[in-house]
Order: sequence, then structure tokens, then C-alpha cells
Amino acid sequence: MPKDGIGAATKRREDVRFLTGNGRYTDDINLRGQAYVWFVRSQVAHGKITKLDTSDAAKMPGVIRIFTGDDFAQVGGVPCGWQVTDRHGKPMLEPKHPVLAQGKVRYVGDAIAAVVAETEAQARDAAEALVVDIEELPAVIDMKAAVKAGSPLVHEDIGSNLCYDWGFVEENKAAVDAAFAKADHVTTLELVNNRLVPNAMEPRVAVGDYDFSTDHHTLYTTSQNPHVIRLLMGAFVLGIPEHKLRVVAPDVGGGFGSKIFHYIEEAFVTFAAKQLRRPVKWTAQRSESFITDAHGRDHVTKIELALSKDGTFQAIRTETYANMGAYLSTFAPSVPTWLHGTLMAGNYRTPLIYVNVKAVFTNTVPVDAYRGAGRPEATYQLERVIDKAARELKMDPIALRRKNFVTEFPYQTPVAVVYDTGNYNATMDKLSEMADLAGFEKRRAASAAKGRLRGLGVNCYIEACGIAPSHLVGQLGARAGLYESATVRVNATGNIVVMTGSHSHGQGHETAFPQVVADLIGIPAENVEIVHGDTANTPMGMGTYGSRSLAVGGSALVKATNKIISKAKKIAAHLLEASEEDIELKEGKFSVAGTDKSVDWGSVCLAAYVPHNYPLESLEPGLEETAFYDPSNFTYPAGAYACEVEVDPDTGKVTICSFAAADDFGNIVNPMIVEGQVHGGLGQGIGQALLEGAVYDENGQLLSGSYMDYAMPRADDVPFYKVDHSCQTPCTHNPLGVKGCGEAGAIGSPPAVVNAVIDALQRGGHDVTHIDMPLSPSRVWAAMNQA
Amino acid sequence: MYAFEFKRPKTLSEAVAALGGEDAQALGGGQTLIPTLKQRLAAPATLVSLNGIDEIKGICTDDQGRLCIGGGTTHAAVAKGAGAYPALAALAANIGDPAVRSRGTIGGSVANNDPSACYPSAVLASGATVVTNTRQIAADDFFQGMFTTALEPGEIITEVRFPIPQKANYQKFVQPASRFALVGVFVAKYADGVRVAVTGASSNGVFRWTEAEKALSANFSAKALDGLKASADGLISDIHGSAEYRAHLIKVMTGRAVTAAG
Repeated sequence: MPKDGIGAATKRREDVRFLTGNGRYTDDINLRGQAYVWFVRSQVAHGKITKLDTSDAAKMPGVIRIFTGDDFAQVGGVPCGWQVTDRHGKPMLEPKHPVLAQGKVRYVGDAIAAVVAETEAQARDAAEALVVDIEELPAVIDMKAAVKAGSPLVHEDIGSNLCYDWGFVEENKAAVDAAFAKADHVTTLELVNNRLVPNAMEPRVAVGDYDFSTDHHTLYTTSQNPHVIRLLMGAFVLGIPEHKLRVVAPDVGGGFGSKIFHYIEEAFVTFAAKQLRRPVKWTAQRSESFITDAHGRDHVTKIELALSKDGTFQAIRTETYANMGAYLSTFAPSVPTWLHGTLMAGNYRTPLIYVNVKAVFTNTVPVDAYRGAGRPEATYQLERVIDKAARELKMDPIALRRKNFVTEFPYQTPVAVVYDTGNYNATMDKLSEMADLAGFEKRRAASAAKGRLRGLGVNCYIEACGIAPSHLVGQLGARAGLYESATVRVNATGNIVVMTGSHSHGQGHETAFPQVVADLIGIPAENVEIVHGDTANTPMGMGTYGSRSLAVGGSALVKATNKIISKAKKIAAHLLEASEEDIELKEGKFSVAGTDKSVDWGSVCLAAYVPHNYPLESLEPGLEETAFYDPSNFTYPAGAYACEVEVDPDTGKVTICSFAAADDFGNIVNPMIVEGQVHGGLGQGIGQALLEGAVYDENGQLLSGSYMDYAMPRADDVPFYKVDHSCQTPCTHNPLGVKGCGEAGAIGSPPAVVNAVIDALQRGGHDVTHIDMPLSPSRVWAAMNQA
Repeated sequence: MYAFEFKRPKTLSEAVAALGGEDAQALGGGQTLIPTLKQRLAAPATLVSLNGIDEIKGICTDDQGRLCIGGGTTHAAVAKGAGAYPALAALAANIGDPAVRSRGTIGGSVANNDPSACYPSAVLASGATVVTNTRQIAADDFFQGMFTTALEPGEIITEVRFPIPQKANYQKFVQPASRFALVGVFVAKYADGVRVAVTGASSNGVFRWTEAEKALSANFSAKALDGLKASADGLISDIHGSAEYRAHLIKVMTGRAVTAAG
């Protein structure tokens, strides 16, 4: 076993270039003859374009061409990759999403025209000279108002703002209602899962290029999944066959989901580059990111929990309004349904569950997956309502959870998914120890002596990630498979290049993936390198999201490496004049079992490429294998989180004193990377709980449209975390036994923070049962002073 | 950003001349102006940087014992060099972040009179004198509402003169996103009375809370505020807090400032 194989906390090799300014991001790409596009965007949320006059703007210095909706009248719209079927068996309403507006604008930020010029400043100057008259229409912002009769329609042609009314499991509805009717106790909670702006550090960028001599298109873009962009844009928008379209995503500076989706700007630069026979570049301004990157969350939910007198969970019923925004972003319909409804069982044995979700169009930025995507929304409402139930029943919230834990696996939930493995009591035990739950009262007294209200919030989470079994998601409406791929290319001298369909946007693939290959073969990880992010030289892959890279991409990597080992053993058997079955591979050396005969890895690789002494009659030369892996189930990371807060009763300000996270991620390849992923997720979850919130006014203007009003968590907003992943129940169905870890922190932490604040207020004598996120000082103060 | 001419004069008189040109705009540390220009919300023909003028930089004490801070002095320099007025130095040390403090100037902040900026509260609470290239303006006359001051076009703040109080303290409750003051209160106790200036709260910009001044002048203790209530009339109400919340915070921060002042 090499010292830098599976389980080693090796430092991230990609950080050498990231930390020294040598990363190569999309905005670092500048092509010869490149022109720049500036998009003219709607400043009103809803309106008819009554006049669009480009004549003066077209005469401005440097202007090459101005594109409007008319140029895209014959071009496909941006497609949606997931079709949800509603309660009544009807497919969701799916409006067209044109590249440039076709006579109507539907949110502040909707692209009306695109000015291409020699420089970005010239394009921007000309954009300001464009004459656009818009007859403003009433905007639809509030979801519940949007589905009432007589509401203005975001899309007249589909006849309704209700995208779908989804019931899950619809067949269980009557039984769930009956269980509620005779329940000993019902706890009800209405809450908002606040809308978030993704805020990747690197704004989106797209550069389109076209080679007329070969009719080849290239798109450089900030993407988590270049193959998906190639498929969607090539097949559905521009009609470019895949062999004529290359999509490159170089280093990507964060995405959190927002760079999964196919955006109109990508289609535009690819289209315009051919029209103009010049490369065309777009770089988002930060203020543009706020109104064009797909937002996250934005659910309004009523959850009810039915319990018996002794606290046994009997049934769960929810009704959620989920904001889609003005158009369906790539995976938007799947988030409040299959990524949310299927998680409503949480870590608990609740026999009956019914989830109703109404997806609604509004005149706001499209909403789609954001770190956790549906699972944070499920976890938040469930873990909040359990805390409320414990208070109502005067039970200890941890004991109530333990009482209802799933303890036997595999466990078939009433919401379709099957948990393969887990040990929720173990993570709770670990948490109790890490967070010193027993010592809370002492700390509370110390806080009280300072005039502060201290509270403790504990919750569990489970998530389904490692997305996803293709056959299953196909039945659920996915218009894509969700396998992953890897090509392992062994060079003649034994070092290895791995081409993977996964693509890092910060996760450390270049470090963790080589650890896996090196471990299997028994060579140093430094002899293995990763190539990713370019459709021209990697096998078809579905990219990085849903905590899937190691669980799915890593499994493909194991499969391909095992194929390599299998072939290498044949070569070794030939060289050692032994039977293939007798060959053992250990620490980079092939030996014949029971003898001292051996040949090293390098010699076998050399023989494969210099096949002088080689079984050519039965074996091809070379050593390169590709594998695709399609998981048979999701992976189910789970854990228990504890947060302690102090509330300043004079101001309502919440300070997080401590945060502990006990996670079960199954086997761990690189503990340092896992810890970093958890830290990042916790930071985002705490951000959602205390700080972040995208707020629209009634006219559809984004009030929190810059960092002056949208609060991102800073280092001093978060504590030094205690994280642990020693409770390990390895995934039973992938070869590494790993579960995803990228989203866990963001999924599990918001309820811990909110539970802690409510606990602090309750202990301080304030009868506050809920405050909607973000728990800003003013909201906490208002709640304290109304109750 | 739109194109503009850029001038960096070395003397005050050159700067005054440059600002006499059409659509000329003075540039201090640029911590407000540069973002405004980048968003194309302003389009000056000429930008006149005051950063090269040594005669408006630095800190000294005048013969009346006042701390005199050149208009071109950065927040970082004040944080380091205003030891004679510790509450003022502490205020400067907590403006924005290190980058802002290294570029932003007291003259720029005071001239801009952002309703959420820290410095105007110190200037007003100290009864400071704003000195320009043409005159001296008392703090009470200088601030005239949100982003509005007594400055004439082309007038440059050369110095701000602070009488040093017996006791003083500034308490800032930050707006979570911008970390500007949601409410900031500067309390300064002089031999002839206490002055309390509030920033962040009012849509009219910095103002004095006279009821609190009266109470604290009689008894400089947080207890003296019992029974007082800042009015919510005219206070800002936005996604970060209601007018009532801001009014409440004015009292809380005033009390904390008094206690911290000792």
C-alpha cells in the first residue's frame, strides 16, 4: 500500500497552481481576433417589448453586430433536462426558454439583445445606445398569489403559472390523511426555505470559437459538466452534431450547482462565433451574476408530523410551494420533487408519508439546484418540526430522534428510496461526546452571567447522493443517464494518465483520484495524473454535482483500473512463464504465488508498449482501458450535528459559539479533503441560516442584488468547527464503499442553527416557536419582542 | 466605467484649479467613487486625485489642543496616529476592511456623507471643525442630509479639527451584508456637556440625539438613558431592519458607548 493511497490526507496538488495564481480559468482564455459581447438585460420583471431599435447603437465605434430575438427565431430554446409528471399523470407545463427574448421579458436580467464589439467597453457603450421600449406588465412574485385565478401569467402560451402539482406517494394520500385524523398529537410548522444566490467566487464566463475550415465549434465555459453542455446545446439549441462541437471547462472557481446548467450565454457565444467567424467572449459582471446565475432553494412549506403519545412517528404530510422562477432551468423540476420528496423520511421510521409540491412560475431569476438541492429543504423542515414536536410533548429532542431512528438496514422508506446502510445512533453518540452535550448547562449558565441567552440545537440528516441509478432516474423523468466514466491510460514507463468524465470545480479530484489508482496498483500517487474538463479528450461523463464524483466517477475509475490490472496480470504471467491465476499484484510488483519470481509494474507496462516478448496472438499490445459505471442505488451519507449559539437579547444578534458535525461518509479516500468539504458546506449552511437571503420587492426588483445587501458568511461569522467522520458504514454497492460528502454540511447545518436559536429564546423565557431564515438580528429581535 | 481624464496634482492650488474644469470630480481614496464609476452611475469628465497632495495629509495637534487630521489622511493612518483621541482611532480601525482603510480618507468619507459611514458621527459628536481650501465649517452646519454637505462644488476638505473629549466611545452595530453601520453611535463627553451623534439610522444621515445628550450631560451613565426612547420617525426601514429596530438600537448602542467610555 503506497503511503499516499486511499486514506492518506495528502495535500491537494492543484492548490500549488491555485494558490500561486497559476490556475487557468475561462476568463484567462483570450483567442486571436476575439470580440466581446454585452447583453442588454431587462430592468423590469415583466413586460412586452414594444420597440427595439438598434440603428443608432449599430453605428457606435467598434460595434460588429447587434443580435436580437429575431436572430434566434429559428433557433431552439434552452432545454429542460427533467420532466416531472403531476399528481394526475399529466406532464409538467414546460414553457419555451429562448436564447434572446421573443417579444416579452419575464424577469429582471432576461436578455433582450446582445451587442458584439471589438472591446467590452465599446459593446457596453453601444448597449446603452440601444432603444428598448417595454410596456410593463404586472409582475408575479408571490408564489401563492401566482397560482390564484386571475393572476397575471408569466407565460400566456401555457395558460397557468402552476408548472406541476406533484403528489408523492400519491397512492398513500388517503392512508396518510387517515393517520392524521386519528393521531394522538399533530405538530404543524409553516416555514420558508430562503432563496439563495449561489455566489461562486468565479463569475460565469463563456468564449465561443468557430473554425470555418473544418466547421468545428468550440465553447470554453465555466461548467461543472462540459459533456452535458455539449449534449444539451448541440442537440437541442443549435443543432450542432457532437463531433463538430467541443466544450472545454478549464479550472472552475466554484459552482455549488450554479454551473451545472446550460445557460443562454453559452449558446449565444457559440452561435455568434459562427455568424461572425470570430471568437466571441462574455464575462459576467458580479452584479450580472446576481440576476442570471440560477438561484437556489425558495420553498414555502407547511409540514405536519403525527405522533403517538409516546413520541412514535406515525405520519408526515407536507405541502410545499417551490419557485421555478421565470423559466425552467436545466434540472429545476427535479429539485423539489425527486431530490426532496424522497428524503422526507429522514433518519426515521415513519410508516406513512405524503409530500405535495406545487412548482410555480414567477417573474424572478430561474431557480435550480444549489449545494444539497432539495435535500436541505427536506432536512430543514423535518428536523425543525421534530424539535417543535419534542417541545410540545415535553420530550428531549435527542431522545425523540433516537426513539424513531431507522436501525435495521437495508431500509425501504415509504418514499421510494432504500437506505443501504447506516448507524444513526453511532453518529449521535459520537456527536454527544464531541460537542460535550452533557456540559451544556454549565456553558449556558456562563453565558447567562454575561447577559447572553445560550441555546443548543441538535439535528440529524440523511441525504441521497452519488447521483444516480440511470434506470431509476429515467423512470422519474430524467432526460439523461447519470453514470460516470474513466479512461486509464498507462504509459510505456508505467506512469498513468486518467481521463475522467467528472470535473472538479474545487473538489480536489486531481489529488483524490490518483490516490485510488495508486492504491489499487501499488504505485506512488505522484505517478498518476488526471485529465478532465474537455470533451475532446475525455470519455462521455455527466460531471460533478450531487456529491457524485468519488461515489460514481471514482467507481468508474476502479472499474477501469481493475481492467488494467487484469490485462497487466496476463502480461506478467507471460513474462514470468506462469499461469495468470497464480499472479499476484502487491505494492507495484507482480509475483507468482508461492515462488520468488516477480516482475515489477514498470517492466510489465514497457512490455505492453514494446511487445518484443509478448503474447500477441492472444493479447493486444498497449495498456489503456475505459469503464463506465452506473450505480445501482444512491449513497446515503448521514450524520448528527450540534450547534451552540448565544443570542444578545438587546440586539437579537446571534453568535455561533460552537458547531460539531459527526458524519458517516463510509470509507474515506482523503480525510483532509473530506474535512474541507464539510467545512465549506457548514459555512454555506450557516450562511443560509443566519445571513443569506435573496429578496424581491413586489415589482420584481432584486433588493439584495449586491454584496451591499446580500450577506455572505465571512470567516468571523463561523466558529472553529469540530468535525468527525470516524463512524463509517461503508456503502454496500459501490466498489470503494464511499458515500458523497460534498453537500452534507450544507444539508445538515441550517436546522442545527435555527434549533439552537429557538432553544436559546425558549430558555430565555421567550415563547418563540419559529423564525424564518436568515435569522438576522432584526428578525430575532422582532420575534422576541412580539412574543 | 466611462472614459475620463485623470489628473493627480501635487499641490492644493493645482487641485483647486483642476476641479474648476467642467464636470471635474475630486477623488479621495475612491472607496465609494470607484465602485460608482465601475457601475457607470457617474460620468465625470475629469477625475482629480487628491492622493498626491502631501499638504493635506497627516495628523498634528494645534495650539488649542485640537487633533487636526489632514483631509487626505487614510483611515489606517488615523487608526495608527490618532492616539491622542483613542475613540477616534478605534473608529478608524474598524472601518471596512484593511484594503478600505489603506485607501479611504477622512476627507473623502466626510465629504461623501454616506448615511451609514462611521466618520460623520465622530465629526458631529466631537463638534469638530471641517476646514476647506476656502473656509472653516462647524460640524453642526456641515452635514445637511444623506450624501449632502455644506461643501460647494470644487471645495476640498483640507483638515478636520477635533476637540479632544474627556471621555468618548463609538459603538457600531453592523449591517450584516455591507458591514456599514446599521446603527452607529458616537458619544463624546466634554467639559461643557455630552454630544451624541447617530449614524446609519436616518435617511437624513448623521444626527444628534439631543434628549440623550441632555440626560447624559446631567449624569454620564447608561442608567441616565432609562425612560428615554429614540424616535423611529424618519429612520430607515429596509430588509436589514425596521425603523423601530433602528430606534431601539440607537438606545442600546448609546448605552454601550457610555459604559465603554467609562
